[in-house]
Amino acid sequence: MVIAAFRRNTALGSDEQVRVERSSGETAPAIQIAAEVTGLQKIYNPSTPQAFQALKDINLTIRSNEFFTLLGPSGCGKTTLLRILGGFEAMTEGTCRIFGQDVSLLPPEARPVNTVFQQYALFPHMTVRRNIAFGLEMLGRPKSEVASVVDRMLALVSMTDYADRKPDHLSGGQRQRVALARALAPQPKLLLLDEPLSALDLKLRQKMRLELKALQRETGITFIFVTHDQEEALAMSDRVAVLSDGRLQQVGTPEEIYEQPQSRFVADFIGESNLLCATVNRIDGALVEFRLAGLGSVNLNCSEILQVGQEVTLSIRPERIALSAVRGQCGLGPAVIFDRTYLGNAVEYHLRAGEQTLTVRSPRGGLRGLQDFAPGDSVFLAFEPNAPKVLTT
Amino acid sequence: MTAQAELRSPFRVSKRLAFTGLLLPAVGVITIFMIAPVAIVFVYSFLEPARYGGVVWNFSVEGYLQILFERDFVDGSLQFSADYLVILWRSVFQAAICTVLCLMISVPTAYFIATRSERTKPIWIFLITVPYWVNLLIRTIALLFILRDDGPLNKAIMMTGLTTSPLPLSYNNFAIGLGLVYSFLPFMVLPLYSAFERFDFRLLEAAYDLYASRRVAFFKIVLPVMRPGLIAGSLLVFIPSIGSYLAPDILGGGKTLMIGNLIGTQFQGAHNWPFGAALSMILLTVTLIVLIWMARRSARKNTGY
Amino acid sequence: MANARMKDIRAFSGFGSIAVAGVLFLYLPILFLCVYSFNDGRSVSQWSGFSFRWYITVFGNSGIKAAAMNSLTIATIAASVSTVLALGAAMATVNRRFKGETLAYATLTFPLMVPEIVTAVASLVFFVSLGVRLGFSTILIAHIVFCIPFAYLPIRARLEGMDATLNAAAADLYASPIRAFWRITLPLLAPGLMSGWLLAFIISLDDFIITALVAGPGSTTLPLHIYGMLRLGITPEVNAISTMMLVGSIVLLAIAGVLGRSSKNS
Repeated sequence: MVIAAFRRNTALGSDEQVRVERSSGETAPAIQIAAEVTGLQKIYNPSTPQAFQALKDINLTIRSNEFFTLLGPSGCGKTTLLRILGGFEAMTEGTCRIFGQDVSLLPPEARPVNTVFQQYALFPHMTVRRNIAFGLEMLGRPKSEVASVVDRMLALVSMTDYADRKPDHLSGGQRQRVALARALAPQPKLLLLDEPLSALDLKLRQKMRLELKALQRETGITFIFVTHDQEEALAMSDRVAVLSDGRLQQVGTPEEIYEQPQSRFVADFIGESNLLCATVNRIDGALVEFRLAGLGSVNLNCSEILQVGQEVTLSIRPERIALSAVRGQCGLGPAVIFDRTYLGNAVEYHLRAGEQTLTVRSPRGGLRGLQDFAPGDSVFLAFEPNAPKVLTT
Repeated sequence: MTAQAELRSPFRVSKRLAFTGLLLPAVGVITIFMIAPVAIVFVYSFLEPARYGGVVWNFSVEGYLQILFERDFVDGSLQFSADYLVILWRSVFQAAICTVLCLMISVPTAYFIATRSERTKPIWIFLITVPYWVNLLIRTIALLFILRDDGPLNKAIMMTGLTTSPLPLSYNNFAIGLGLVYSFLPFMVLPLYSAFERFDFRLLEAAYDLYASRRVAFFKIVLPVMRPGLIAGSLLVFIPSIGSYLAPDILGGGKTLMIGNLIGTQFQGAHNWPFGAALSMILLTVTLIVLIWMARRSARKNTGY
Repeated sequence: MANARMKDIRAFSGFGSIAVAGVLFLYLPILFLCVYSFNDGRSVSQWSGFSFRWYITVFGNSGIKAAAMNSLTIATIAASVSTVLALGAAMATVNRRFKGETLAYATLTFPLMVPEIVTAVASLVFFVSLGVRLGFSTILIAHIVFCIPFAYLPIRARLEGMDATLNAAAADLYASPIRAFWRITLPLLAPGLMSGWLLAFIISLDDFIITALVAGPGSTTLPLHIYGMLRLGITPEVNAISTMMLVGSIVLLAIAGVLGRSSKNS
C-alpha cells in the first residue's frame, strides 16, 4: 500500500518540477521540504556497557531539489544518518519525514528513496540491465515501461554498450555509473549517496564530481550526499551540514561554511585555519580590540556579543594573511619564520610568535612580485579586517 | 509494524521467526536424535546388562569396572585383568603411530603443494581431496586387495626373489596401522596445506640472508611458525584413528581389535550394553576434552594479538 | 643467467618426491582394485584378460541393485532434508549476535565431534529404547542428523562471505524480505547449496558403521551389502561394485568442485 502511494509518474527532468531559486532567502515560498529529521537520537546497544550514542539531537531540514551534503570525519555519524533516512537503521528517538510523510517506522522498501551504496552493492549475478531494472520490477511496472526506462538510464550514464555485462567485468567508474542508474531508475524524489566516489581514483573522482552535479541539475532530484572529503563537499553542494561526534556543527552554503565557520571544529576541519588565542581588550561599539598572545593588538569589526577580558579564538585562513618585512598599519608581529615550503603555485611559511605557530600561504608570481622570505627572517602580519572570524566556542 | 526491529538483521528476518522457524528445526533434530541418544548411552553405562541386549534398571558401575577387572565366577571378587586395557592401549598406540607417520608424509607434501604455481596447485589439491571423500569402506578394501598374501604387492616382492613365501602384510597390527594412515592421511594434508599457504615466505628469505642453511631454516623457522597447524592436523588424524572401526575390522581380520570394534561388539554379538556404553563414554570424553582444549587454544591465540 | 639456475628459494630437496610418493600411496590400491575389476578370470590374483563380465554380473544381482537403490534413496532424502534444515539454521545464525549463540553452534556441529562408533551405538540404543523398529526409517533419520553439519558449514561460510549490503540494496529497490531472499540471496547461495548438498549426499553414501548398527535385519545399503560380500573374501564382484562407487563419488566430487570454483569467481 505504501509502495503504491509513490507509484507516481513524474518523468525525469520534467518541466513540471518547480525550480527553486538557490541561495536566495531562507523562506522563499516555492521551497518544498524533501526530508525533515527532528529530535533524532541514535544509540547503539542501548542499556548495555557497550552503549554508544552515534547521533545526538539532530534537527535537519533538506529542501527539495537541493544537493545537500553531510560532511564530517569518519565516525562522526554521517553514514548512520544517511542509513536512517534510507531505512536501513532504526532511530532510537525522533521522527523522520520524507516529502511530508512520516517514514520513521517504514522499512527501506516502503520509502520513496533510493540509495547509491559506498561499494555500490551491485547484484553480481545480474547483468547491468537487470540490475537497473530491479527496482522497477519490484514496483510491478509493466515490462514495456521497465525496458524503456532502463534504456533511458543506460543512455543517461553512457553505459548502453555495457548493458549485458556482469558487474565483475566493469571498471570502478563504470560500476559507479551503474549504481547511480539503478538508484535513479525507480525515479525517486530523493537520492541518498553514501560516499559514492571514495572507491575511485583521483582523476576519475574529479570527473565524476562534475557528472554527478550535472546529473542532479538535470533531473532535479534531491541529492543527499555523504562524504568525508571537504573539497568534494564544497565543490558540489548547494548546502553542507558538518557533523562531528554525532552532533550537527553547522549547516550552510559552502561559502558560509568556509568563510563563516561558527565553531573551532568547523574552522579547523574545513580547509586550513590558524586558530589564534585572543583576549577581548576593549569594546567600542562594533569595533573590538583583541590582544593576541605574542603578536600584539588588532581592531576588528565584530558582531558577536563579547565582554572585556573574554578569551576567544580568532580563526584566519593561511592565504588571507600577508607578510611584510616592515610593520604596516594594522600590522601584528613580529613573528619568526622557522620553515618555508615551496608548493609550486604558492609558498607556505610556518611562523612562530611567542607560543603560537601560524601558517601563511603566499601566492607565487602575480602582478606585484611578492616578497620572498627565508627561515630565520622576522616578519609582520597583515590581513583585512573581515578576514579573521571570531569564535567563542 | 515490526519493521524497525527487523531492519538491522542481515536477512531482515524477525527474531521470533529466526529462532522458531529457521534455527529450531535443525537444532531440534540434532538435540532429539543425537544429544538425547548420547545422554541415554551415558545413563545406560551405569546400569546392569540384560541377557540378550538391553539393560536392567539397576544402578551399577560394573561397566566401568569391567575395563580394568574381571569378576571371578565363583566368589564374585574382582581381579585385575589387562585384556581390555591392552585393547585401549593398542588404540592409543596405533593412533599415535598413525599420527606421526601422517605428519612425516603430510608436512613435506603440504609444503610442496603450497609452493606450486597457481596452475598446478588445484590439480594437487584435487588429487588429495578425492580420497578424502571417497568411500572409506572401499578404500580399505582396496588396501586389503594389494596387501593380501597373493595380492599385487606380495607378488612384486616375490618376483624380485627376496623371499619365496608371501610376507604377512595383512591381518595384523602392521596392516591396521597402514590402514589408519591410508584412511586419514588426507585429513592431515589439507589443513596443513592451508596453513602453509598462509606462511610468509619472506621469513625464509630473511633466514637465508642471516646465513641459515636450508635445513636449519626449515626446522627453526618453518616448523615453529607452523606449530598450531601441525597440532590441529595431528588431532584431526588422532581422534578418528582412536575410534576407527573399519581399518581394524577389515585389515586386522577380526583378531586384533581396537576400542571402536570392542564397542561395536558389545551391541552386536556380546550383548553387554552397559559395558559398551561405558567404553563409548570414555571414548567420547577423551575426544571432547581434546577438542575443547584445541578450541580454547585457538580462541586464546586469536585474542592474543 | 646465474639467477635462472638458482634454486627456488622456497624449495626443499626431497619434498617433491615425498609428495609424489604420498599421492601414489593414496591412489595405487584404488587403481589396482579398478584394474582388476576388469579381470576376466574368477581369481582376483591372476590376470586373465580384459572383460566386463563382473559388471554384468553385478547388474544382474538383484540384491546389489536393491541395496544401491536404498542407498541412493536414503542419500537423496537425507541430503535434501539436511540441506534445508542447515539453510534455515545458517540464515538464523549468520551475522547475528544472540544469547546462546555458542550453544547453537556447538549443537549444530555436535555430530562432527562425536566419534562415529559412539554415534552409531547411541542411535541404536535410542531407537531400541523407544521401541522403534529398526529399518529404512531409522537409517534415514540417523543419516539426516549426521549430514546437517556437513551441509551447514559450507552454507554458513558462503552466507558469511555474502555482502550484507546486497540485501540492503534490494530492500532499497522495493524488494520485500521474501522477494529479496528469492531474487538475491538464493541465486547467490545456489552454488554453496549445491556443493553442500553434494557433500551431504556423498557422506550419506559413504557411511558404514552408523548404518550397520541402526539398519536392523531387513534393510541394507550398498556399503552394508559390500561388507557382507566380503565374508567370502575379495571377489571380482566386490571389485566391480567398488569401482563403480569410486567413479560415482569422483564424478560427484568433480561437480561439487566445479560448482565451488564457479561460486568463488562470482
